[in-house]
Amino acid sequence: MFGPKCSTGRRRDFVEGTLRRLAGTMEYATRADDSAEHAGLLQQIDPRVKLGGFLLLIVAAVTAQRVGVIAGIFLAGLLLALLSGVVRTLTKLWIGILVFTGAIVLPALFTTPGLTLWHLPWVGWAVTAPGLHSAMMLIVRSETSATLATLMVLTSRWVHLLKALRVFRMPVVFVVILGMTHRYIFLLLQIAQDFFDAHRARRVGRLNPAQRRHMAVSSAAVLLNKSMQLSSEVYDAMQARGFRGTVYTLDEFRMKGRDWGMLAAFVSLAAAAFWMGKQ
Amino acid sequence: MTTTPIFELTDVTYSYPESTALDGLSLSISPGERIVVLGANGSGKSTLLRILAGLCFPERGSVVFQNQALTAESLALETFAQDFRQRVGVVFQNPDVQLFSATVFDEVAFGPMQMDWSKGEIIERVNTVLNDMEIFHLKDRAPHRLSGGEKKRVALASVLVLNPEVLLMDEPTAALDPKSQGHMIDFLFDCIGKKTVVTTTHSLDIVEEIADRCIVLESGRLAATGSPADMLQDHALLERTHLVYKHKHRHKSGVVHSHPHLSHDHHHRAIE
Repeated sequence: MFGPKCSTGRRRDFVEGTLRRLAGTMEYATRADDSAEHAGLLQQIDPRVKLGGFLLLIVAAVTAQRVGVIAGIFLAGLLLALLSGVVRTLTKLWIGILVFTGAIVLPALFTTPGLTLWHLPWVGWAVTAPGLHSAMMLIVRSETSATLATLMVLTSRWVHLLKALRVFRMPVVFVVILGMTHRYIFLLLQIAQDFFDAHRARRVGRLNPAQRRHMAVSSAAVLLNKSMQLSSEVYDAMQARGFRGTVYTLDEFRMKGRDWGMLAAFVSLAAAAFWMGKQ
Repeated sequence: MTTTPIFELTDVTYSYPESTALDGLSLSISPGERIVVLGANGSGKSTLLRILAGLCFPERGSVVFQNQALTAESLALETFAQDFRQRVGVVFQNPDVQLFSATVFDEVAFGPMQMDWSKGEIIERVNTVLNDMEIFHLKDRAPHRLSGGEKKRVALASVLVLNPEVLLMDEPTAALDPKSQGHMIDFLFDCIGKKTVVTTTHSLDIVEEIADRCIVLESGRLAATGSPADMLQDHALLERTHLVYKHKHRHKSGVVHSHPHLSHDHHHRAIE
């Protein structure tokens, strides 16, 4: 496997590194489905309410013009994460976004014209008030939006989210394709991992860059072939069970009292954020 | 009194670009028969199942399903296609290709939804089948996260939910642990007198339990047909069609082993 335990301290090649990260993503997705089974607050809520509510809050966070309002939405998300037992999973996300967004907005601190707040020691670069404001806005918005979206994924089963999409008039074909893509991407990743494990098991020493490129290209071709073969077999299996081009779903969601309560809370919070977030 | 065959294949030939899978095969399958199709890899077993399932069509010869020709044109007719798909179920060798829905419940409900059943009818029937197959506890799980044995059961449930008259099963015990194999064999044994079952397999040790008749394929042609006991005793045929292999080593008893999969009795019968 390409998990962290296999690390030898040597620099890994690109293909292996990519697969290791993909394996990590698979584990993350698996954990997301597991955390959706916990007995937290959001896990008990109807997926349609979560999808609609979080969407409203994300729009509110993106359109708000005051840092304090966006921070308020973030704190609400943090409270929900605490009550749903998923804070630990979110911390990695926060650090990643802070580093990534921070790197993007760093130049804006010095290049945005306006009132100078202070100068950096040694280099003497001036940090401006508008620069600091726009940097904070971008970081807080990114953190808040990503937190809300991840909260929704971590506290809902993927299949329920797909079904909830139908409530928002997402075409059935799109939802079914999304579901099948999610399902078969795991299978193809597993095949890719086995493929590279088998390659590693027969390999002595390290590959030179040309060999790595050759391996990457040939494995991509093999995977493409396999995915085409798989799609043809899946279509056969669907046909064998009567599929004739029409897609159906069985939606079984039922709203309970707490779902209505949470919906009211989401709508109130979003409305307040829209009103208070105006310039 | 003669009964109308479920399937009647006459001089069926089917080729892939690189090889001929079936070469002039003629075969008749009666209602309620349990047939095992034996053959080495590449002998045409899976292609035969695909043709019986109406997933591909012969380039020469004919396939008739209960007095109606099974062709691309006939399956384009909605009424015939719906009737055929409800009456003929296929369990694929690799359950991963058969399990494409988001949950086990949706997977089992896929077939009934194509048949225009009412929502209540679908839910009731799916729950019944999940209970019968002892997989009700898996109903909200994603199929891709199940074990091999569980996947196979879900695949079987997704076919049985339509209560088909004919079951086509491609290597149903392949890659299963002994317990899951046992469940599958029990199921096939229970089909006696209830369903027409066509199974492909390499495992000679299960043949007598799951079949009334054996068909041996060799390079796309019918090499032999007869009762499982007769087929298992024809050691020359089994060896010629690569269904048994004479090991180069000797057993402790001094006997040259012919086939590792045969049960004790069969094994001795085969080497006598």
